[in-house]
Amino acid sequence: MYAPNFAAPQSIDDAVRMLDADGAKPLSGGTDLIVQMRSGRNRPDHIVDLKRVPGLLGIKAEGAGFRVGAATPGAALGEDKALVAAYPGIVEGAELIGSTQVQGRASLAGNLCNASPAADSVPAMAACGVTAVVVGPNGEREVAVQDIPASPGKTSLAKGEFVKEFVLPALPAKSGDAYLRFIPRTEMDIAVVGAGVQIVLADDGTVAKASVWLGAVAPTIVEVDASCLVGTKLDDAAMAKLDAAAQSVCNPIDDKRGTIEYRTKVAGVMARRTAEIAFKRAGAR
Amino acid sequence: MNYLGKDVQLKVVGTRPIRPDGVEKVNGRAAFGADVAVSGMIHAKVVRSPHAHARIKSIDTSKAEAVKGVSAVITGADLPDIPSEEAFVGEGPANFREMSHNVIARDKVLYDGHAVAAVAATSAAIAEEAARLVEVEYEVLPHVISVEEAMADGAPVLHDDMFTQGVDPKPTKASNVAKRVEFKLGDSNAAFAKADVIVERQYKTQPVHQAYIEPHACVVSYNPDGQAQIWCSSQGQFMVRAFCAKLLGMDIASIRVMPLEIGGGFGGKTLVYLEPLALALSKKSGRPVKMVMSREEVFRGSGPTSGGTINVKIGATKNGRIVAAECETILQAGAFPGSPVGPACMTAFACYDLADVTAFGYDVVSNRPKVAAYRAPGAPISTFAVESAVDELAQKLGMDPGELRLINAAKDETKAAYGPTLKNIGFVETLEAAVASQHYTSDLGEAPKGKRRGRGIASGFWFNIGGESSGATYVNEDGTVTVVSGNPDIGGSRASMGMMAAEVLGIEVERVRTIVGDTASVGYSFLTGGSRVTFATGMAVTQSAEEVRDDLCRRAALIWEIDVDAVEWRDGHAHPAGENAGKFDPLSLSDIAAKSGRTGGPIAAKSSINAQGAGPGYATHICDVEVDEETGHVAVLRYTAVQDVGKAIHPAYVEGQMQGGAVQGIGWALNEEYIYNKDGRLDNPGFLDYRVPVASDLPMIETVLIEVPNPRHPFGAKGVGEVPIVPPMAAVANAISNATGLRMPNLPMSPPHVRAALDAAKA
Amino acid sequence: MAKIHVTTKINGEDAEFLCEPQQTMLDVLRDELSLTGSKEGCGSGDCGACSIIVDGRLVCSCLMFGAEASGTEITTIEGIANGDTLHPLQQKFLEHAALQCGFCTPGVLVASKALLDANPSPTEEQARYWLAGNLCRCTGYDKIIEAVMDAAAEMRGE
Repeated sequence: MYAPNFAAPQSIDDAVRMLDADGAKPLSGGTDLIVQMRSGRNRPDHIVDLKRVPGLLGIKAEGAGFRVGAATPGAALGEDKALVAAYPGIVEGAELIGSTQVQGRASLAGNLCNASPAADSVPAMAACGVTAVVVGPNGEREVAVQDIPASPGKTSLAKGEFVKEFVLPALPAKSGDAYLRFIPRTEMDIAVVGAGVQIVLADDGTVAKASVWLGAVAPTIVEVDASCLVGTKLDDAAMAKLDAAAQSVCNPIDDKRGTIEYRTKVAGVMARRTAEIAFKRAGAR
Repeated sequence: MNYLGKDVQLKVVGTRPIRPDGVEKVNGRAAFGADVAVSGMIHAKVVRSPHAHARIKSIDTSKAEAVKGVSAVITGADLPDIPSEEAFVGEGPANFREMSHNVIARDKVLYDGHAVAAVAATSAAIAEEAARLVEVEYEVLPHVISVEEAMADGAPVLHDDMFTQGVDPKPTKASNVAKRVEFKLGDSNAAFAKADVIVERQYKTQPVHQAYIEPHACVVSYNPDGQAQIWCSSQGQFMVRAFCAKLLGMDIASIRVMPLEIGGGFGGKTLVYLEPLALALSKKSGRPVKMVMSREEVFRGSGPTSGGTINVKIGATKNGRIVAAECETILQAGAFPGSPVGPACMTAFACYDLADVTAFGYDVVSNRPKVAAYRAPGAPISTFAVESAVDELAQKLGMDPGELRLINAAKDETKAAYGPTLKNIGFVETLEAAVASQHYTSDLGEAPKGKRRGRGIASGFWFNIGGESSGATYVNEDGTVTVVSGNPDIGGSRASMGMMAAEVLGIEVERVRTIVGDTASVGYSFLTGGSRVTFATGMAVTQSAEEVRDDLCRRAALIWEIDVDAVEWRDGHAHPAGENAGKFDPLSLSDIAAKSGRTGGPIAAKSSINAQGAGPGYATHICDVEVDEETGHVAVLRYTAVQDVGKAIHPAYVEGQMQGGAVQGIGWALNEEYIYNKDGRLDNPGFLDYRVPVASDLPMIETVLIEVPNPRHPFGAKGVGEVPIVPPMAAVANAISNATGLRMPNLPMSPPHVRAALDAAKA
Repeated sequence: MAKIHVTTKINGEDAEFLCEPQQTMLDVLRDELSLTGSKEGCGSGDCGACSIIVDGRLVCSCLMFGAEASGTEITTIEGIANGDTLHPLQQKFLEHAALQCGFCTPGVLVASKALLDANPSPTEEQARYWLAGNLCRCTGYDKIIEAVMDAAAEMRGE
């Protein structure tokens, strides 16, 4: 009989030690792990629940930025008014992970480390320059979120390493972020295409800096060259270039959720629509 | 007797009381299939084929049997080999030998998910672990998924003893085509010469699952004396009893089936899957056995409805009269024959009064799960095609599609292409109400940039059936009443049964408690299906209540020592009538119940009938959509369902049937489909990627109840549950066409398909 | 590994149970505690029939290990009513005929309660999105939404 161990460490050190064991898996929200265990795809020998480790749950304002505990459920992000005001796009992404029920459990770290290219919370975090604080047997390091997923289902984390928290940098002035995804229904689907955007405006109201990342169109999230937006107010010509640039970085698969052709076309659409929202938000600041 | 007519004052029927089983369903106490536990119970899991088509070379169960806690393992060899025997069961024909082979494979597996063995153990977890250790050696065979592949020359043949029925001469070569059916009136081929305008097109639909939220579940206890008890959720306790008896070679009297609450069925629970396996395991292990399907097993191992290919041709004069119509429907049956191709053909043109019409079709097997009934089986498939074609015809003629339908609508005395002459139908009334509705005459409003809006209308027909039903009415000692229905309550029928009995007895509905009887406590009833329960079982219950009422009068006559003819039942009381009027104080039902011991004993009546004269159901639906031109996403903005319901016994539950059916149809139209990979394995066996509509996908579903009473039912009821799923696919498609100018002939009209069609139109 | 001993509070009462590490909270509720009102429709968090409230948050009990319940406060469908008095949501579901088969109903009610606890005045759209994780195949959601909106109004004293 399959019979794993279950432990809920109360310190980082204990968590590091437990996760260094062969066949150990961290548990935060569990909304991916439990489904994978039930289907037999994932059978860890040790389940290490990180939610009782101090600092792993909760959101802290830090200067003009934030630290978000790795296991904090998405719903908690949406309830934090300061966070929603500062990074509405990151919160949008986190709040699109599954149903209300799933948002009550699912965490940013789980969404990131499950390493699905369609993870909803990752593109906006990447666009906003979010880093993950990783701890492990060799100590602590800070990594850009986009560097953690390596390929579908695989991360760049070493054995025993796990994400402790996320660092949301100090909010640039006149900036706005947004996340949009396309799904066949209005809820409950995995993204066919996701787009996360951060736009920073110059004093004259034109785009000074634009960061655009796409999900579900390649083995990992991919960055779109959005330099075409710089110096513009997102006129039609700039948007057409962004659309083309988004399509050009796509390397999707045909599957039950979308075809290569469809995903590629919709990637352009999502990049444009998301940029428009981020631009408006930046302008409103 | 009946309770129709303007002078009849109904007090209960037509109101909206709280259902008798309501409180247990809102506080979590209602017992569904998986909620039952009996003493000494063990748990079993099914081993399923990973292959679409393979010969079973050997099955080694020894490793599974050796697992600690395992009590029994069965394979196909543990079920008796039964002869081929055709029977009309569920909502269509079936063959018990094939049913047995579907429940557990014998020499071949015919689809991904086909059961090959089952393991019973002290816990579900152990059973699941041990099931992984059952070693099956397969010789993988080439497979076919689509009907086109299955019908192609040289296609792998599923059954080497299957020769197409219904064709002349009888084929000498086995094929995947099980049968051909045809329904014909006049000479459509010749009549096309009279047409000014002809529309002709091929349509395709995908298999869709009923997707009831409760997975199949049962507990079975087989005793050493050969008697068995089954607790399960199904659409027919008598169906489960009969099928289990056949498949296990048992007497019907040796099996007692206790119907539990059923968590949705929609036709999908008119068959057995687990119960025969649990019986065999219980017999082998000597323990009661519980079996519960996972959601993945429900999708892979139980029947969806067919997908199909439909070729429609309709010709009309320039003033809109349809003069000729033809429809060819090819339906997937799954691994064994028995698609609803017959009803698909029969319903195809049943909305219209046509002189020259031909509908024919083929029942085709392929390596998919054997189809099961799904709400108006077959009708939504052919109707999607026909009602799309009628819309296209209206576009060509430059006519309003509602008006075109009115010109051609079937009415009383219309001779239907499938045989009967229609009577007391309310189709024209649904059309008139639809075209006059606020919805149909309202402005669509301006679409946001990049989006387009459109409105569609479509109609549908379903036969509705009657059949064998039993009900009983018992007067309790305190004057309350217990009603027993022979049919599982799938959508509120206990409420309607109790309401009809209360109406007959002239008492408050709260004094009537309705239950669903087990197979040993109520007379035989055909299963809950065909939109028959409120009609047929309602008729049986009404008759039993009337017998009780007559007996109450007889008891009052005895008490008063007058002639029974001089007693009249009114408002829940016996009143002396005629020359005795006013001579005695009225006796209430409670008064008479209290004295029943002195007037002949308990007061009760049972009625078992074969109800005839079910009135057909007609519906017309209106749908507004908004199409996102860039993503192909279709949003339903507004939806109205208009339906002839005969007489709504409990209007809220009638509306519920209309709303639920419409939304299932919207799901079928937009996103639901079975997706197979190249190896013939189902790629989306879960609610994540089998996309049923969620609450945020939908607007309110407006309902308009048209009441053209059915004189063959005491209260005028017609079946209401099935026809609401017939019009939606065409209503949505027609709305998309109105919005974009595109005719979408293939389901689902999912975003990638709509975007591709938009792109193709631009190119 | 040996079974895990968990103490928790369920529907206002202290509860304790033993569970296997891989047992979900849904398994624990149904198989160990005989609280079968929470239903399994999918086992993968896609249908919401197993919805419970844990420390004020709506979750799918099939997506939580029983061992994670340690020290939490849990509300299930069995704890929605106040003794003999139905919760306004339960009453409105009955009055509006917001259930047909009733299988999804416990989960829908628990999710609706969590909604009204968090937002006493939801719009129809907010209610629809909040309940998007609760599949109902019978009703088309129409009467469910009506009942939720009506219960919310009644609870606001309107």
